[in-house]
Amino acid sequence: MTHKNIRIGGLSRVEGEGALLVRARDGRITDLRLRIYEPPRFFEAFLRGRAYDEPPDITARICGICPVAYQMSACQAIESALGVAVNGPLRDLRLLLYYGEWIESHALHIFLLHAPDFLGYDSGVAMAADHREPVERGLAVKKAGNELVATLGGRAIHPVNVRVGGFYRVPRRQELAPVAEQLRRARDHALATVAWVAGFDFPDIEHDYRFLALRHPEEYAILSGTPAVSDGSSFPVEAWPEHVVEEQVPDSTALHARLDDAGGYLVGALARYALNSHRLSPLAREAARDAGLGEVCRNPFRSIVVRAVEVVHACDEALRIIDDYVEPDVPAVPVEPTAGVGHGASEAPRGTLYHRYHLDGEGLITEADIVPPTSQNQARMEMDLRELIEPRLNLAQAELAALCERAVRNHDPCISCSAHFLDVHLDAR
Amino acid sequence: MPGNALVIGIGGYARGDDAAGLEVVRLLRGTLPPSIDLAESCGDPMQLVTAWSGAHLAVVIDAVSSGAAPGTLHRGLRPRPWPVWQRSSHALGLGDAIALGQALGRLPEELLVFGIEGGDFGLNAAITPPVRAAIRETAEAVRRTVG
Repeated sequence: MTHKNIRIGGLSRVEGEGALLVRARDGRITDLRLRIYEPPRFFEAFLRGRAYDEPPDITARICGICPVAYQMSACQAIESALGVAVNGPLRDLRLLLYYGEWIESHALHIFLLHAPDFLGYDSGVAMAADHREPVERGLAVKKAGNELVATLGGRAIHPVNVRVGGFYRVPRRQELAPVAEQLRRARDHALATVAWVAGFDFPDIEHDYRFLALRHPEEYAILSGTPAVSDGSSFPVEAWPEHVVEEQVPDSTALHARLDDAGGYLVGALARYALNSHRLSPLAREAARDAGLGEVCRNPFRSIVVRAVEVVHACDEALRIIDDYVEPDVPAVPVEPTAGVGHGASEAPRGTLYHRYHLDGEGLITEADIVPPTSQNQARMEMDLRELIEPRLNLAQAELAALCERAVRNHDPCISCSAHFLDVHLDAR
Repeated sequence: MPGNALVIGIGGYARGDDAAGLEVVRLLRGTLPPSIDLAESCGDPMQLVTAWSGAHLAVVIDAVSSGAAPGTLHRGLRPRPWPVWQRSSHALGLGDAIALGQALGRLPEELLVFGIEGGDFGLNAAITPPVRAAIRETAEAVRRTVG
């Protein structure tokens, strides 16, 4: 019997910390576990007994990278419970804020975390010294996203301007002009970035993914939509609990999600692109075509190209909203606490983020459920790793370990959403 | 603004004393000359590098975990290779930002780092009393430095 042991002391360039264990015998993987130490449903428990208007601020603290995603899913779930709809310019402002977060988050992943994998560097910092021009482009793109979030969110981190029903304060038209100027430059940089990353050397690997993403009749769904699956099925967001079931797995405090009784589905950039690429802005569609993406991309290494295309789309659409912006009459629609159950889902940069709240007659939360994208992708990430590693077990240990790290990073897992510290080990034998 | 001094607090509000740097900045708001910018950061290196690029002085405050007594104020941490004990409580943090700034030639002329030793980084923990005291002490120290 032959054994192979691989040990990775840390899964670098993944937000947060995590652990990966692989065991192989006689050329077959016998055990593969991606461990995530998630504070078990801490926030869900913490939300019980709190008032209906508190989740946007409380859940925004779950993730330093995508607080707006938490705010948007939370707001929509509570508004659904209260029978309130936020439309028109207020909805546009929410979308605008969300685009800012997308630009920030994708820029961080593309330039500092993912690109080094393709250029032979073990960190974004090491890469920056030799590839200054693209990294400078990244800084400019990121800055535009930061400005957008700070302008609409009230501050750059943990935005405080979002509330159930809308905003505390809406911007004057002239306040958006400087951001628009930055966004125009960022859009040009994003286009150059698509061309840059499309030229990387990608491993020739495709997976038979089952994708899940929101779908919207008029938009490349980000803020809201109907959950849709690549097998052609879809279901209303209110039916999410019937279709997506989370279960405990050994060695992880995170829950693994199953979709319609089957594990291993994928949310995130590849899923959105596969289901909604026809809804990208014309400029983003053109960039995708020039990058050779096709209608569906099943190579997770090429997700960096899809993210770059999504940055073009986000800049483009943010500029459209700013151009058309008419200051709303009121910063928020009125809301009254009432008993009810509400569901909300939006597309966080890493994938579909679902919230559900049960409210009592005084508007206090009696039950909360949050399903973040990374826990949905965990099972699929393990499948990616199995399919990637098993035919390559003859590779040198260090090479195999590096490949494992790359396979996880492909999906931009924000383990911070679940755990702040993640310690990754890969042990295959 | 290029040429200006700025003060940056790094941290997050989900984990107790992790918010120390942010709280220092909030204490300083409205108390410094208008030429001194204040910024808050979650430790994102790209944001930090952009924020301090071109400044003649950047004062950065972050929570650290070195095993010292909670509330210990580490003054003037050197922006050199980041020892493990000074590791930020963030996945990516100040050490990465300093290295990125060096790689791109985007460091401020002078970078002054204050570290506040945290005692409790538990989820949704409150800021501990010794860290609360250190936040006030640090704000005063920063005020003296840049004021």
